[in-house]
Amino acid sequence: MLKIENLHASVEDKAILRGINLEVKAGEVHAIMGPNGSGKSTLASVIAGKEEYEVTEGDITFNGEDIHELAAEERAHKGVFLSFQYPVEIPGVSVTNFMKTAINETRKAKGLEDMPAKDMLKLIREKSELLEIDRKFLSRSLNEGFSGGEKKRNEIFQMAMLEPKLAILDETDSGLDIDALRIVANGVNKLKSKDNAVIVITHYQRLLDYIVPDFVHVLYNGRIVKSGGKELAHELEEKGYDWIKEEVNA
Amino acid sequence: MNKYTEDDLREELKTKEYEYGFYTDIESDTFPVGLNEDIVRAISHRKEEPEWMTEWRLEAFRAWEKMIEPEWANVHYTKPDFQAISYYSAPNSKPKYNSLDEVDPELLATFAKLGISLDEQKKLSGVAMDVVVDSVSVATTFKKTLGEKGIIFCSISEALREHPDLVKKYIGTVVPQKDNFYAALNSAVFSDGSFCYIPKGVKCPMELSTYFRINQAGTGQFERTLVIADEGSYVSYLEGCTAPSRDENQLHAAVVELIALDDAEIKYSTVQNWYPGNAEGKGGVFNFVTKRGLCEKNAKISWTQVETGSAVTWKYPSCVLKGDNSVGEFYSIAVTNNYQQADTGTKMIHLGKNTKSTIISKGISAGKSQNSYRGLVKISPNADNARNFSQCDSLLMGNECGAHTFPYIEAKNKSAKIEHEATTSKIGEDQIFYCNQRGIDTEKAIALIVNGFSKEVLNKLPMEFAVEAQKLLEISLEGSVG
Ligand SMILES: Nc1ncnc2c1ncn2[C@@H]1O[C@H](COP(=O)(O)OP(=O)(O)OP(=O)(O)O)[C@@H](O)[C@H]1O
Ligand SMILES: [Mg+2]
Repeated sequence: MLKIENLHASVEDKAILRGINLEVKAGEVHAIMGPNGSGKSTLASVIAGKEEYEVTEGDITFNGEDIHELAAEERAHKGVFLSFQYPVEIPGVSVTNFMKTAINETRKAKGLEDMPAKDMLKLIREKSELLEIDRKFLSRSLNEGFSGGEKKRNEIFQMAMLEPKLAILDETDSGLDIDALRIVANGVNKLKSKDNAVIVITHYQRLLDYIVPDFVHVLYNGRIVKSGGKELAHELEEKGYDWIKEEVNA
Repeated sequence: MNKYTEDDLREELKTKEYEYGFYTDIESDTFPVGLNEDIVRAISHRKEEPEWMTEWRLEAFRAWEKMIEPEWANVHYTKPDFQAISYYSAPNSKPKYNSLDEVDPELLATFAKLGISLDEQKKLSGVAMDVVVDSVSVATTFKKTLGEKGIIFCSISEALREHPDLVKKYIGTVVPQKDNFYAALNSAVFSDGSFCYIPKGVKCPMELSTYFRINQAGTGQFERTLVIADEGSYVSYLEGCTAPSRDENQLHAAVVELIALDDAEIKYSTVQNWYPGNAEGKGGVFNFVTKRGLCEKNAKISWTQVETGSAVTWKYPSCVLKGDNSVGEFYSIAVTNNYQQADTGTKMIHLGKNTKSTIISKGISAGKSQNSYRGLVKISPNADNARNFSQCDSLLMGNECGAHTFPYIEAKNKSAKIEHEATTSKIGEDQIFYCNQRGIDTEKAIALIVNGFSKEVLNKLPMEFAVEAQKLLEISLEGSVG
């Protein structure tokens, strides 16, 4: 589904990603871990098509298509979804209105009519129940005054609404209380199928108990320096990153 | 008595010809350029106005001659040459085009985006029409309904003929002839406008002018509106049109006077979309408007405006809260793009006791434009327990535009409660990327963000108007972010 080869990216002439190789197949769950500032969010943004980051080398293909030249919204239309580490506020725009616009814009790009209001309401009801979101919440301005946990839950609600092919969850677990973590993780698991894939960026093993990864990668200094199975996450939880840094620097 | 004809007019002006310079034999419906007492008289005569009205205009003209054009607003432009303007142009009955094919396709594309019907498109762009448009008969039907309730709604010229006493009693009582430079000019030369009177205790059953607005397109540069809501009555009045108007006239100086008698309420909504000039800042309308309402006891006036057009705007819809317990409201969205300049806001003059005013102003600046809010809240010594709440929010797009806020407060009564809040924000790249990531392209994202920003004001517009206004905001900001 997603294939990244020798990806280099920089911002304002500062190299951040320095040769990433990653292949994610349909049905798989990949976890990306790594110290603060190692480039995890940057990688997520580059996959999603944030223009601020300049790809200086390498390739990104999505379902066999080179998406390097595509605008962020075009990638979204193809099924790329990013749950943001820091979701932004859009005052005066309700969650419902935002989702309605997102869904209809995506449909428009595919040559479809707007989703009938009735279907939209049904979808909203279904997905808000899945994530145990109070309907009143959906009429509030997007992310404005949301608690940290509410923002993250709302990201996953949007993911549920849009049903992406590839979902990248950037520290979705941070800020969630124990119950919310379970609810959100269950939501993600319910949406998982053999046709889609998930990349989870996290600092903690805890989330991976719920969303069990097939692969765990360690990103350090803009490169994936170690990959393994889910045991790697346990090992990191126990030992931290020093041993990996030592290995790299050796 | 013989009617005053074109030929009389021509004769009358011929003698003065040399004074105004070259007088070509242009369409007989247009006066020669220039302004003097004779022209003022001619306008009044032409419109078959009563003697007192002619005098009233002359008084205004004499005052105007001694006035100087104001310079305090935060706008820069080359002042119009008032002697180079023709002050009267009869409504043009001759169609400009024979079919829509002759109309500028760009204009038609915008019409289409706004969802304006083909018939309306024709009317708006001045295309000849072979069928009687529905709206005309609709207008007649509604006029009848209004008539049954005793509501008068007609052009001000007609009102001067049919209801001279009402006009005489109220015109100039809220905006005196000498109020300011442009109001004086308007008083001297106004060509036409609307008049509306709602009798005691009558609630006007429809949004006035919704059904008439297409007929308003192309009303002259000096429009005069007078709305009187008698005791305990209610009216919602809509002015303007979201359709872009390609008026050739550079200078527009309108005057609107509202009078809300005891317990009456007037809601006055405006959508203004005059030609803003091109992307390089060439051309465009100068819009210098005086709008003011007077509230008697327990009366309420709400101004709601969406301003997206004009190259230079100078406009402060105001409320004089004369009666005790009266209420004034001002809700405004002003959008400037490219090289547009807007200096707009309101004046809330609290004279009566327990008077209340609310000001919500949303300024959106893009391109190289300058957007200023200028507001005055004045509490007079007798206005016990007056209250005001003002909120001025500015949204900036890009780094080359400007937003400015000039709030003035004059409180002469200790019991006054005045609150002022102001915010300035920018549309962030992160907000845009967030929307993009959800499949919303940048143009749509901006529209969404701008609509969210403007929501409190959009919500104050009558439903149908609000939807159009929303689309208009989108169109006005098209191409403002790369
Ligand atoms: N727009 C930017 N301008 C300048 N530097 C940037 C920008 N974006 C990212 N960086 C830098 O790139 C590096 C990687 O940042 P990134 O956000 O990808 O880290 P991360 O792995 O997600 O960290 P964390 O675990 O703290 O979320 C950091 O040093 C960061 O400061
Ligand atoms: Mg990060």
